[in-house]
Amino acid sequence: MITLRINGKKHDIDVEPDMPLLWAIRDVVGLTGTKYGCGKGLCGSCKVLLDNSPVQSCLIPVSIAEEKNILTIEGESENLQLLQESWIEENVPQCGFCQPGQLIAATALLDKNENPTDDDINEAMIGNICRCGTYQRIKKAINRTVELKKQS
Amino acid sequence: MSNIKNISRRSFVKSVGLASGGLILACNTPVFSDKDKKPENLVDFNPNLFVQLNSDGSLILIASRSEMGNGVRTSLPSVIADEMDADWSRVSVQQAVGDKKYGDQNTDGSRSIRYLYEPMRKMGAMARVMLITAAAQKWQVPETECSAENHFILHTSGKKIAFGDLVEIAKTLEIPSEENLKYKSPKDFKYIGKYLKGIDAKEYGNGSAIFGLDKRLPNMKFVAIARCPVTFGTVKSFDKTEALKISGVVDVIEIPRIEKPFGALGGIAVIATNTWAAFKGKEALKIEWDFGDNQVYDSDQYMNQITENVHKQGKIGKDLGNVNNAFKNAAKTIESTFQLPHLAHTPMEVPNAVAWVQGDSCEVWAPTQAPQSTRKEVTDYLETTEDKVTINVTFLGGGFGRKSKPDYVVEAVIASKTINAPVQVVWTREDDIKHGYYHTVSAQYLKASLDKNGNVTGWLHRFALPSITSTFMPGVDYAAGFEISSAANVPFDIKNLKVEIGQAPAHVRIGWLRSVINIPHGFSINVFADELAYAANKDPLEFRLNLIGNDRIEDTKDPIKYNTARLKNVLKIAAKNADWGKELPEGHAFGLAVHYSFYSYVASIVEVSMKNNKVKVHNIYTVIDCGIVVNKNTVTAQMEGAAIFGMSLAYYGKITAKNGAIEQGNYNDYKMIRMNEIPKVHVEIVESTENPTGVGEPGVPVIAPAIVNAIYKITGKRYYNLPLSDYDLV
Ligand code: FES
Ligand code: FES
Repeated sequence: MITLRINGKKHDIDVEPDMPLLWAIRDVVGLTGTKYGCGKGLCGSCKVLLDNSPVQSCLIPVSIAEEKNILTIEGESENLQLLQESWIEENVPQCGFCQPGQLIAATALLDKNENPTDDDINEAMIGNICRCGTYQRIKKAINRTVELKKQS
Repeated sequence: MSNIKNISRRSFVKSVGLASGGLILACNTPVFSDKDKKPENLVDFNPNLFVQLNSDGSLILIASRSEMGNGVRTSLPSVIADEMDADWSRVSVQQAVGDKKYGDQNTDGSRSIRYLYEPMRKMGAMARVMLITAAAQKWQVPETECSAENHFILHTSGKKIAFGDLVEIAKTLEIPSEENLKYKSPKDFKYIGKYLKGIDAKEYGNGSAIFGLDKRLPNMKFVAIARCPVTFGTVKSFDKTEALKISGVVDVIEIPRIEKPFGALGGIAVIATNTWAAFKGKEALKIEWDFGDNQVYDSDQYMNQITENVHKQGKIGKDLGNVNNAFKNAAKTIESTFQLPHLAHTPMEVPNAVAWVQGDSCEVWAPTQAPQSTRKEVTDYLETTEDKVTINVTFLGGGFGRKSKPDYVVEAVIASKTINAPVQVVWTREDDIKHGYYHTVSAQYLKASLDKNGNVTGWLHRFALPSITSTFMPGVDYAAGFEISSAANVPFDIKNLKVEIGQAPAHVRIGWLRSVINIPHGFSINVFADELAYAANKDPLEFRLNLIGNDRIEDTKDPIKYNTARLKNVLKIAAKNADWGKELPEGHAFGLAVHYSFYSYVASIVEVSMKNNKVKVHNIYTVIDCGIVVNKNTVTAQMEGAAIFGMSLAYYGKITAKNGAIEQGNYNDYKMIRMNEIPKVHVEIVESTENPTGVGEPGVPVIAPAIVNAIYKITGKRYYNLPLSDYDLV
């Protein structure tokens, strides 16, 4: 048995310790917002926060995630919720498939940097592919969130 | 007789997936292939568009097209809602299953809005009139004193009543006659032509949108399939011992090859209790393959072969005037050869499908652009009848043409039938890149003559590329008509023009990829025209406008007219937006391209810089004329996305084969544009009252040639082949 703490809730699951966290979340726990895009750490679709750091869940064996705090797209965090609103305001998603990973990457960025520069955004988001090409709007939505936070 | 009916009381309401009750209008939109067959009486009435107004005021539309980032689930209902004066927040969309009763459901060819705009408007207008009539009856006042506004009917006296409260009366009414039907004036549109937010934006952002990959059924098994590295190779023998030892693997079965265009490739399938176990089990299989004929395929050698074929005379595709004479009498002739590789779609969501076969019935949940052909493939395989097969369309995590080819659904159906349980077949990213329906590989040769004033007097365009038709008719080794037209319809005012095609047999499955043949033709024509401008010592913009020549309708033998004035117009606007001719920073330059495809006109001007021999794109100014625009947000987004899609193929797009096997396997060797590489994309949409035309694809073909043209301006080097990574430029 391995215990995962996802979005504040405990899940005891019976899986091989080398199963990547991605598949434990999707197929065993049953939260499908975290996506498979490449399985090799190349696309960022599978990003989750592991103790507040963004990781590619397709590369992390469940055993390493045990007892750590995992935040997925279904979870709650101030920055994630603010970004989700901006995503709607800026009409970011096209097919939508990459967006959970993009939002998690952006959340991680804003969690540690309240005022990211363009380069900071590029660096934080470079691991996330969007085949539909929504990058420009992702950037806008991140900047919008930053501005809103500054104002409040 | 109208093609729209009030079906509120008819029994087949349930069969289209709507709950009964409420006012329901149905419309019979013409299917493209049998346009002349008009539904004249009730017996022939097979409606394929449905809208329902319930007494609680909710307005539901059945969306017959697939959502894959194209925005149809937003744009289609917005048209009805606008004409009806409905409140956008009360509108919801139900996704149709794959069924002929919904008409043409293929979501490709950039057609959804083109076919459905008029019927949608008409339905909305009729619903509005019926609600007005209902209110007038209820209040005992003349209809002329009533009007609709934001989900209410208003009376001149000031009283008002909600749409929902009129449903009971409205549903008993006849539909209004078409002759007197009044449409809204475009200036009163509230949604059409505006920036409307995506109806599913929230679900996309919180992870609750269900894509094919997210579908779950009780006791569903996960399936990964090992397919032969060489296209159409088959299994000689296999050993499943090691795979079965993996925890979670429950079975290993053989998937036969189904020799149909969208049939299964065949292979060995690992059945497991989770995706990971299935993937691991697949790696552990030992398979001996019979590679078959295509193992000879070496894409480098093949490129040489088709290049030779364009350096000799080919079959005639078009012949105007006399090019040979033009070349003989020329002041100058220019010739160039272009080589473009295969491409893969790589939608972010890999091909996948859930299937559950029970007896002779089957239910499928799949991200498909083509629910009806999927239904047909499944029906054929199961040797059953279509009514026993249900295709549920999930959200698509991108399609780009890949998901209109349902081979992956057939695999799931075979697996489910074999193990007698619901299954989900999941392709790995490697499977997706190594076993696709590839965008064609091409060699092109262009030659043109200039007179002493720099006018183009002759134009020869010869190309060789394996045809999409080869996927449907094995053995076809010349381009088909639809692959010739984008070269033959080059909109230049040249008296002597010839198009020839060279031989090019296919060794992999060739399929359509976002903008299809317009990628190679848009590239070669735009780069070559730029080259001619320099040969003529003229500014590329001015030269191009002259080359297009007078305003005229080109004879393309197509009902939708190709208007050169609209083509020049988009180019001129792009030039104005970019401020063509202005002084740019050292090492920067503009490049331009303009192309007509899917009946839309698109020009892009890109601003590029070169530093340490590396390309950077700073700005892309795109202008599209696609007729009437339903949702500006969607069109703008599609143009932005197309710019990135075009950049990806220009920078990195290259699929190669050695000994018949595809060499690339994931995003490390089949790269995509990422956040740090993006330019600013500026989009302008031409205001138009012409019929709506395609949007999803026509933004792609202009990007690569515009970049190559800008690089030439900076470096004096002309790149005829893609991708640019081959030259170490990115
Ligand atoms: S699926 Fe993990 S990075 Fe692509
Ligand atoms: S929105 Fe489709 S991949 Fe990003």
